[in-house]
Amino acid sequence: MSVLTFTDVGYSYPDAARPSLSGISLQLEPGEFCVLAGLSGSGKSTLLRAAAGLVPHFHGGSFAGRVSVAGLDTREHGPADIGLLAGTLLQDPETQIVMSTVRAELELAMESRGHGASAVARAVEEVSLALGIGELLERATSELSGGELQRVALAAALIARPPLVLLDEPTSQLDPVAGDELIWQLRRLNQESDTAVLLIEHRLERCLAAADRVLAMDAGAIVCDSDPRGFLEWASEQRPELRTPAASLIAEAGLEPPPAGVKQARATLRRAGLLLSNEGEGEVSHLQTQQREGFAARLKRRAKPEGETALELKGVWHELRDGPAILRGVDLHVARGETVVLMGRNGAGKSTLLRHAGGLMEPTRGRVHSAGRTALLLQNPGDYFLAERVGSEVSPAALEAAGLAELAERNPRDLSGGQRQRLALAIVLDSGGAQPLHPAAIALDEPTRGMDRSEKHKLAAWLSRRAAEGVAVVVATHDGEFAAEFARRAVLLASGRVIADGPIEEVLAGGWYFATETARILGGAGGALRPADGARLLRERRRKIYASSDTAVVAAGEAEA
Amino acid sequence: MSALAGATSIAYRRRASPLHAARGTIAACYGLSIAIAALLLNNPILLGALLFSVLAAAAAAGVLRPLLLAMRISGPIVLLTCIVVNAFVSHYGLTVLARLGNWGVLGQVDPTLEAIVYGAVVGLRLLIVTFSCLLIVCAANPQDLLRACRRVSPRSALTAAIATRLVSVLAADARRLADAQRCRPEANPSRQRARLAILRATLTGAFDRSLDIAAMLEMRGYAAAGRALPAGKEASRHDLAFALGALGTLSLSLVLALSGAAAFDAYPLIHIDTGAPVIVGATLLGALALLPFLDRRGIQ
Repeated sequence: MSVLTFTDVGYSYPDAARPSLSGISLQLEPGEFCVLAGLSGSGKSTLLRAAAGLVPHFHGGSFAGRVSVAGLDTREHGPADIGLLAGTLLQDPETQIVMSTVRAELELAMESRGHGASAVARAVEEVSLALGIGELLERATSELSGGELQRVALAAALIARPPLVLLDEPTSQLDPVAGDELIWQLRRLNQESDTAVLLIEHRLERCLAAADRVLAMDAGAIVCDSDPRGFLEWASEQRPELRTPAASLIAEAGLEPPPAGVKQARATLRRAGLLLSNEGEGEVSHLQTQQREGFAARLKRRAKPEGETALELKGVWHELRDGPAILRGVDLHVARGETVVLMGRNGAGKSTLLRHAGGLMEPTRGRVHSAGRTALLLQNPGDYFLAERVGSEVSPAALEAAGLAELAERNPRDLSGGQRQRLALAIVLDSGGAQPLHPAAIALDEPTRGMDRSEKHKLAAWLSRRAAEGVAVVVATHDGEFAAEFARRAVLLASGRVIADGPIEEVLAGGWYFATETARILGGAGGALRPADGARLLRERRRKIYASSDTAVVAAGEAEA
Repeated sequence: MSALAGATSIAYRRRASPLHAARGTIAACYGLSIAIAALLLNNPILLGALLFSVLAAAAAAGVLRPLLLAMRISGPIVLLTCIVVNAFVSHYGLTVLARLGNWGVLGQVDPTLEAIVYGAVVGLRLLIVTFSCLLIVCAANPQDLLRACRRVSPRSALTAAIATRLVSVLAADARRLADAQRCRPEANPSRQRARLAILRATLTGAFDRSLDIAAMLEMRGYAAAGRALPAGKEASRHDLAFALGALGTLSLSLVLALSGAAAFDAYPLIHIDTGAPVIVGATLLGALALLPFLDRRGIQ
């Protein structure tokens, strides 16, 4: 029996102008790992909510067709019954946690299913080990960071080993290390206990290699249902913005077939003779290690960049009362027009550093100097909205500049993710007059959370334009692909310290987790981070190979003569 | 907004103390016993001993600082209000300090020393009760209390679980909104107006937030039929000590209150028993409250 069946499902939210789902029919079999792809607003989250029974039970609206979860019809069974068969993790981890301690949160899901005390204790122990949250068990949930909350919510969804797991962007708040580990833990669960997984993810490069099947949605309908390779072929023709960087690299290099991950891409390159023998093989010789150590030291001793200072942090410490130091003597100098990306794992101090730059926090030691105002955009753009209509949030000129003039009468909370971000940026840059403010620096904290690739591309272009106007741009992000699109410099933070600071090609190309997919495929060769750069490098290699083989043919001919 | 933010500073956080190591229900009974003792007794010496006990217990549990921070403004206000109101309202007492004439509804207002002392005693009782409740909030694991509540009344426990979670979610929302507003370039029209706007936005979002939390509770199967009763938390070695401390405090207070050995009369003239029973009672009350903290094994 299928674990999830949609039969000609259509759904419209109350008062919505158009349906969010139309004519959806699909079957998910036990043990399938299915990725749900699509641009923002295509209906992915609504489909997931329908599978969880929240649509229509919680959201109302008009519903047609039939959804069945392991034999339970969602029209007859509410989210409570469906919850016994399907573990669900939605987008906002803040509201995914209902109890006050982590242990109680995990116990609740088991107790609700009628398990006894010993089974509950064992399940808590196992799931906490599997997801690396053992140290959090006794912590209050109100003290957890976004990434920690997401892992705890996921553990609560998985603890009873339901036959179906529904996940809406579970890695959106996680650093690359935790995100990759989470996907492989899901794959392991899927392989070892036949759990079916339905996963929504914008960063397809992260999960495609683990998937058996990919569904693509557009305007509330399923427009592609295939294996990862078939999906990538479809995306290349129909929706290039859904293509992964690896697929773009291989396609732009004129090769086939599109790869679902780094391993397949390297195999394709190897077959074409375009992968050098020591490239990306993971063998680090003693000499290479020495070279890397020297390289890291050189990156840390990075000289002051040239140009007028826009923002400078000198020996900045942030020490919590009765707690650890979040920043430990950070030195950072950003010149006007520079584009800098801050990277590091969850809790490395990126957000705290930006808050110091934006004047929201005072260093406990050291000082922050800015040549002017630093416009700071925090993680959730919705926090900037206090009014009921978009037009009341900013001046008409700022609204016009943000391209939102026609949405002046809308409620800010009804805007799409990209529009919300533009409005929040308009708010922090609004001068109240005809011209927007020109701050010395713009700082953004995780601006691409929940964004699809086309929205990220627009944001990167906007940031590049601001940098060209002489504004320093500092962005904290986990998204290496986005960073490579606009930044020229990368600063790597770990435990509140700057551990690498240099040109983005040097900092990101040689890394494991913080490298882009292109850099991982090419092993950091030529500092190529983006598919276009990588494809250029590959074309150059191919040209050299042809040239050398031509020379060899000519030499052989001469010798024969 | 600041009220919500303050609400999270007075919140349970597991600390290395015997009171935190005890079960939440026992810790709550311990705090309640001090509060009830304050309501039973009125001798200022005994009340002083109870105030000392609750503050010393808070210090031993590592929560004195948040308690004092929470009461730094409201504590003196409560005390002063009781003193001033009683001085103006009470018509008893022989030691008249001033004759302020006729004040309409209040009648003849002649503040007396006895009325002021009686007001101070009432204020002291209120302070002890408040400190005891705050001690319960900071040191009694709410999860244990909710668990106990779920055994008795699952639906009430559901409401309590949503409310408990909602406070911290809304406090986090308010903090983020306040931070975001500080990022706006224009100077705020006034601090109060900005706070009001943030409070309004936070409360507007409360409905959505509570729906989200309720949906999640539902999906976790909270309302499912055939649900197992939550397993009780295993007994802590500190449970017995705090339970005996609470029982002793209550019993001693009852004995002192009923026997009349620690009498206090404010009117017509102040009379406070200061004999041996009072001194012994005060010492015992302090000892009963603090002895459970001596055993510091297994408190992590």
